[in-house]
Amino acid sequence: MADKIIDLVNITKSFDGEKALDGVNLYVRRKEFVTLLGPSGCGKTTLLRLIAGFDKPDSGDILFEGERINDVPPYKRRVNTVFQKYSLFPHMNVYDNVAFGLNIKKKDKAFIDKKVKEMLELVNLAGFEKREVESLSGGQQQRIAIARALVNEPEVLLLDEPLAALDLKLRKEMQLELKKMQQQLGITFVFVTHDQEEALTMSDTVVVMNKGHIVQIGTPVDVYNEPINAYVADFIGESNILPGVMHADYRCSFAGREFVCVDGGFMKDENVEIVLRPEDLDITPEGKGMLQGVVESILFMGVHYEIRVRINDDLVLTVHSTDAVLEGARVGIDIEPDAIHVMKLSDMPLATEEELEVAADYEA
Amino acid sequence: MKRSYFAAPYLLWMSLFILVPLGIIVYYAMTAVSPDGSFVFTLENLVKAFDPLYMGILGRSVYLALIATILCLLIGYPVALILTSKNFKKGSLIVILFVLPMWMNFLLRTYALINILDSGGVMHQFLGLFGIENPKLLYNSFAIILGLVYNYLPFMILPIHSAMSKIDGGLIEAAEDLGANSWNVFRRVRFPLSLPGVISGITMVFMPAVTTFAVSRLLGGSNFMMYGDVIENQFFFMRDWHFGATLSLVMMILMLASSFLFRKYQGDDDGGVLW
Amino acid sequence: MKLKKLLQRSYLGLVLVFLYAPIATLIIFSFNSGKTMGKWAGFSFKWYEQLFRDPTLMQALSTTLSVALLSALVATVIGTLAAIGIHSMKRRTRSMVETLTYIPMLNPDIVTGISLMLLFLFAQVSLGYGTLLLSHITFNIPYVIFSVLPKLRQMPQNLYEAALDLGCKPAKAIYKIIIPQIMPGIVTGAIFALTLSIDDFVVSYFTTQGVNNLSIAIYSMARRGISPKINALSAIIFVSIVTLLLIVNIRSSRAQNEKEKHAR
Repeated sequence: MADKIIDLVNITKSFDGEKALDGVNLYVRRKEFVTLLGPSGCGKTTLLRLIAGFDKPDSGDILFEGERINDVPPYKRRVNTVFQKYSLFPHMNVYDNVAFGLNIKKKDKAFIDKKVKEMLELVNLAGFEKREVESLSGGQQQRIAIARALVNEPEVLLLDEPLAALDLKLRKEMQLELKKMQQQLGITFVFVTHDQEEALTMSDTVVVMNKGHIVQIGTPVDVYNEPINAYVADFIGESNILPGVMHADYRCSFAGREFVCVDGGFMKDENVEIVLRPEDLDITPEGKGMLQGVVESILFMGVHYEIRVRINDDLVLTVHSTDAVLEGARVGIDIEPDAIHVMKLSDMPLATEEELEVAADYEA
Repeated sequence: MKRSYFAAPYLLWMSLFILVPLGIIVYYAMTAVSPDGSFVFTLENLVKAFDPLYMGILGRSVYLALIATILCLLIGYPVALILTSKNFKKGSLIVILFVLPMWMNFLLRTYALINILDSGGVMHQFLGLFGIENPKLLYNSFAIILGLVYNYLPFMILPIHSAMSKIDGGLIEAAEDLGANSWNVFRRVRFPLSLPGVISGITMVFMPAVTTFAVSRLLGGSNFMMYGDVIENQFFFMRDWHFGATLSLVMMILMLASSFLFRKYQGDDDGGVLW
Repeated sequence: MKLKKLLQRSYLGLVLVFLYAPIATLIIFSFNSGKTMGKWAGFSFKWYEQLFRDPTLMQALSTTLSVALLSALVATVIGTLAAIGIHSMKRRTRSMVETLTYIPMLNPDIVTGISLMLLFLFAQVSLGYGTLLLSHITFNIPYVIFSVLPKLRQMPQNLYEAALDLGCKPAKAIYKIIIPQIMPGIVTGAIFALTLSIDDFVVSYFTTQGVNNLSIAIYSMARRGISPKINALSAIIFVSIVTLLLIVNIRSSRAQNEKEKHAR
């Protein structure tokens, strides 16, 4: 209880009559790295803005160390934000940008000098003090934005898709660096992203959101291995999702045959959804394995091959394998009991491709 | 055919109607009519242009324009600031209202002002209610300044307003996030970022105000000549075209030099284009 | 918070009163049957009738309108072609030509007027309708160019090359591809030119003789003192300009709002 630094209670927020957040409950522990994960428009950024104080919830309470801060303006909150578009002040150089918060607090010059230097060293940009921010690369601007926030020693650092604009290699580097900084400084991070890989790599806790609701909260491992429903399974990692029937505990059937599985607690013959991770499936020679099919396509993905195997007219399974097979070959597929994730039929429809694309356009 | 040839008619036109005329001004400025009617080279006009009489009028023009510019800035800046606050939508009717007078002929606007200020006009009756009888509102430098402010105020509001509305809302939020209250947000973010608009506004008010001639004639009467009036005088009353050309040249060099100076400070903004 | 809002609104109101009170008074007194300003002698259309029977003012009105339309038309054609040409120039030539184009915009009107007057007198062209028209075209062109150039810059690159690549002849490519793309800029430039021409006094004052436009007519009348006929004329001009601009502005801000809505 005592280590809850932020507690969001029953938060609702609408924009133009559309619910961006609908009854959200979430707490963040001190020194935790929490990631809000979901597609564009799921409410993750809105949640962050409520914590920062840029927007006010329509109903519900925001508690900070147990105190209600709904009406505290952003400049009085002990949180700082790293913005998606960096929002560095274009009329100031690097030094003045980083020193901004300390100048506002009227700290003395020597102190500011020392802190700014430290921060620039922390983000590997020592010696950049006099540079104009517009002359910096995207990655450097990103680091300045982080330094500008961290120099104020916030209790909580809020990061709104801070790495979205960086290229892949830089993004990977920054992910590791951010994680390192967080551990080193012992600051609570609330990180917003739509990139599931990023979320899994960096977080202590992943909060999966969809359409203004929190769908699942858990450690990266939990969320990946035990997705609560097909939405989470689909959003986190690639999945084969197919209809199935649960006959009894540990007995289900799909793709035209019966399997032993590790899930239970369903009604007899309940219709369910079966989630199979592509990397949990194994290609076997023809005749062996539990399912038989024809290799429809094979694509080299760098680390593994993505193999699409047609089982029957309605069903194609995606399999990740490090071994190549020939297109058109007949193969078998082996499925271990613990590779079968049984989900209650999701009451939440999956985001369609189209919705995701529209959302991505808006984001851009 | 190369596409750049499309600019040929324009280049021809501008050479004929901009460059050649400017050349003629220089030519007239450097010559005088000799007794036999031909033009002879002389620097006399240039020397005369720096006579204290003309320099004094130039000084007064600059002074009046400067006061008008400062007043426009003092009145206009808060207007732009209020219009960009959250309470007003961009492009709303009230914003248009402030810019609208810009599109009305400045003679008509000046004429409307005369109507109000003239003896027996509305302003006299209004002040009469407070016991101020027969105030002298026209034909003095006060009237000229008022006329300039009245005419050019929208030209100050517009560029400042557009500079302010271009400020990324994210920067304001970033400043608040870093602990700046609304005064600090203004002092450290909004104000410095509105400066290009301020400079653009100053240019758009000061330049035409210095060079105006009709406004001063109408509001200031013949006793309050500005530099533009003196130039006009040379052409239509003194009939000394050569000296008129010299004074025009002085004014042109002054204006072009200062606008290039302003432009440098302004950075690569669109130059305060009106739309 | 309430107080602050109230203060803000009253300040705006005060400035608006400053901007509009003279114009409003002018319009009200244009319906005055008496001749003196400030003394209301009853409602009448008398000055409007006299205005329409005044041959000088009617002549000036038609000159203003025809010069505005013709100069805007010519300036739009020359300016649009020029913008296309400038856009395809090499960087150094382009910046040189653009600087040249700025000169008439930055030059004081009075200098532009005088320089053109000297040119016409030098070339022994007598001042009149023709010289007025030429002058208006001259100061209109740069505004058209700077309205069109940004649209050309926004245009996707290689659009023109793509058209040529697909077998379009250059003239047709410009007519079929470029012109439609930059149409909003052309329209803006044309309206700009029209307004500038109607509004101009200083350049006209120096470049015509005998043939007067409205500005010049108003100036010479205003110098002789107040005439209620000018009040009537101002009222007509003001109301038509306000209507036109409100329509244009409200339409464009609506279009913008729509766009923003769609972006959401």
